[in-house]
Amino acid sequence: MFAEILELLPELLRGTLMTVELTLCAAVVAITAALIAAVSKMYGPRPLRWLAIAYIEVFRGTSALVQLFWLFFVLPYFGVTLEPFAVGVVALGLNIGAYGAEVIRGSILSIDKGQWEAATALNLGRMQTLRRIILPQAFVAMIPPWGNLFIELLKGTALVSMITLGDLAFKAQQLNQNTLRTLQIFSLVLIIYLCLSLLITVLMRTLEHRVARGLLRGRAG
Amino acid sequence: MQLEWDWNYTLDILPVLGQASLLTLKATLLGFALAATLGLVFALLRMSRLAPVRWSATSLVEFIRSTPLLIQIFFLYYVMPEFGLTLDAMTAGILALGLHYACYCAEVYRAGLDNIPKGQWEAAIALNLSPYITFRDIIIPQAIPPLVPALGNYLVALFKETPLLSAIAVLELMQTAKILASESFQYTEPITLVGLYFLFFSLIAAALTRQLEAWLNTRHGGAR
Amino acid sequence: MTQHDDPMLRFDKVSKRYGQHTVLDRLDFEVARNEKVAIIGPSGSGKTTLLRLLMTLESVDAGVIYVEGEPLTHMPQGERLIPASRQHLSRVRAKIGMVFQHFNLFPHMSALDNCTEAPRTVLGLSKAEASARATELLQMVGLGDKLEHYPGQLSGGQKQRVAIARALAMRPRIMLFDEVTSALDPELVGEVLKVIRQLGEEHDLTMLMVTHEMGFAREFADRVCFFDGGKMAEQGTPQEIFGAPRQERTRQFLSAVLETRS
Repeated sequence: MFAEILELLPELLRGTLMTVELTLCAAVVAITAALIAAVSKMYGPRPLRWLAIAYIEVFRGTSALVQLFWLFFVLPYFGVTLEPFAVGVVALGLNIGAYGAEVIRGSILSIDKGQWEAATALNLGRMQTLRRIILPQAFVAMIPPWGNLFIELLKGTALVSMITLGDLAFKAQQLNQNTLRTLQIFSLVLIIYLCLSLLITVLMRTLEHRVARGLLRGRAG
Repeated sequence: MQLEWDWNYTLDILPVLGQASLLTLKATLLGFALAATLGLVFALLRMSRLAPVRWSATSLVEFIRSTPLLIQIFFLYYVMPEFGLTLDAMTAGILALGLHYACYCAEVYRAGLDNIPKGQWEAAIALNLSPYITFRDIIIPQAIPPLVPALGNYLVALFKETPLLSAIAVLELMQTAKILASESFQYTEPITLVGLYFLFFSLIAAALTRQLEAWLNTRHGGAR
Repeated sequence: MTQHDDPMLRFDKVSKRYGQHTVLDRLDFEVARNEKVAIIGPSGSGKTTLLRLLMTLESVDAGVIYVEGEPLTHMPQGERLIPASRQHLSRVRAKIGMVFQHFNLFPHMSALDNCTEAPRTVLGLSKAEASARATELLQMVGLGDKLEHYPGQLSGGQKQRVAIARALAMRPRIMLFDEVTSALDPELVGEVLKVIRQLGEEHDLTMLMVTHEMGFAREFADRVCFFDGGKMAEQGTPQEIFGAPRQERTRQFLSAVLETRS
């Protein structure tokens, strides 16, 4: 049993590396897209606001897999051909970003109106207020839901196996066909995903504690 | 390479996709029925007085929530036969969807049950109601209605994940679209149509959920 | 372009409505330079709205507010007045500072940072200049030893004094105090009022305060205005208002307030 697992492990770890890379890159895309979309939807001029709403609704309203296939199969007809890795990063990043935009919007809205008023009374501009006063406070409230989104993102990376990208899920199917050690392979893969999820949870908790400690002193302000 | 939309081709494939979409809806409804029921079971097990039961239920829920649905689908479809349980693709798919989303529903139920004020339990004890009757007549009727919008969101989420069943060749919408596309080498129309299909139902569902929430707020808002 | 004989503030038939409800009804009101005005009245009488309109936290529905003869929420274009641009608003706002009932301190910043944030980002002061100014002000309000404390580590009275220092750091000409002691425990009210009194004595500031502290209004204000139902029902010196109110409504209000307070 152990020998079997050791045999499978190198290939699976190679897939794991790809899964981690995808998750990290897509997370960067997701955060960026979410921030831009949330701020545009809330404070942008009208056309930009509509664009942000359309982005959020389309990417939340359709399947991640459909988005992935669309970017992979249809985009080339528009003259845009991306590497499978780039397609994976963009599709997953934009998908999670649409949910993230609503998370950011919600946490901005949860900040007491008095903070905006105090900033206005001090003559701070809207973007200054957002950047210096509101977002730093909203940041703490955002961390737990973003932790969940990153886990959704990690789970979502399994989809890229369907556009022939060699991630953990892909390696699992490949090994399954070659070795037929079905039980060992899929159990191992589930455990690896579980460990990655737990890692995300631990990292986000640590971040939350760190940030909250800085802010806790000022909680009742 | 064609850049524009082919309407004739669109009309050709629409009936085929329409047929396939029925299978998508079937998987959604059966999967969610399983998720909603099993979710309540999980939630109740997590409230059990027996620590091992509580602990196992929590671990199972966390485990399933932390790993990809796709792998779970593979697990049920490829691994179960080794234990003598051979499932056809559609059944394996529905079970996986139901099991996966049961874990999300369990969280919703748990939050709802936690929201019931302690006074309700105490009043039930004071009236000498059995735990079963307390649940059936006092707790569940209060806890469930406010949860309907959240459960509705997971219904939509489950619906949007049915394309994953294409990975084990269930002839649902996505798989059908892929087959059509690879036969004709026209990818734009089938895949875009699938996207529009999901968008359409998701937007309707979102609107319905909002209505429901507003209605629940007026009906249950001041009750407690 | 501002003439020195203009009043510091002038409300010209200013109205404010929320839906059907009229909170301010064609209000005419003037405040002279360096005048200390106390605004009293039952809740919902429009007195807080008056301050919020001045601070541009709410928009005027009709009428014009002038600050040193210059329209606040409008600007002249030829013969007509058009809604003010962002630059114009920012310029007029720079003359006004406000202290809130619930402090509204920035919880993620120390007392010092609360007071340096706006001077640095809005006025463009260097870090050293802003810190020096803020330290001096925090010392003045008796918090020289709390510079690095966060709002959550301060008592209500201390928070409100930080809020006063924060507003003063922008060097306003007009200070608005919106029920600044209402959210405080009774034993902390004195320390905040003491700071306000000191401000009035040592600085050239026009001060408007909405308050329930009748004793303080009586001794501190040059003029007391009684608001009721969106109108200024009566105004006069503290001696006139508290000693011999002319209106029945004023008398009722004062006796009700003084009764519960005693």
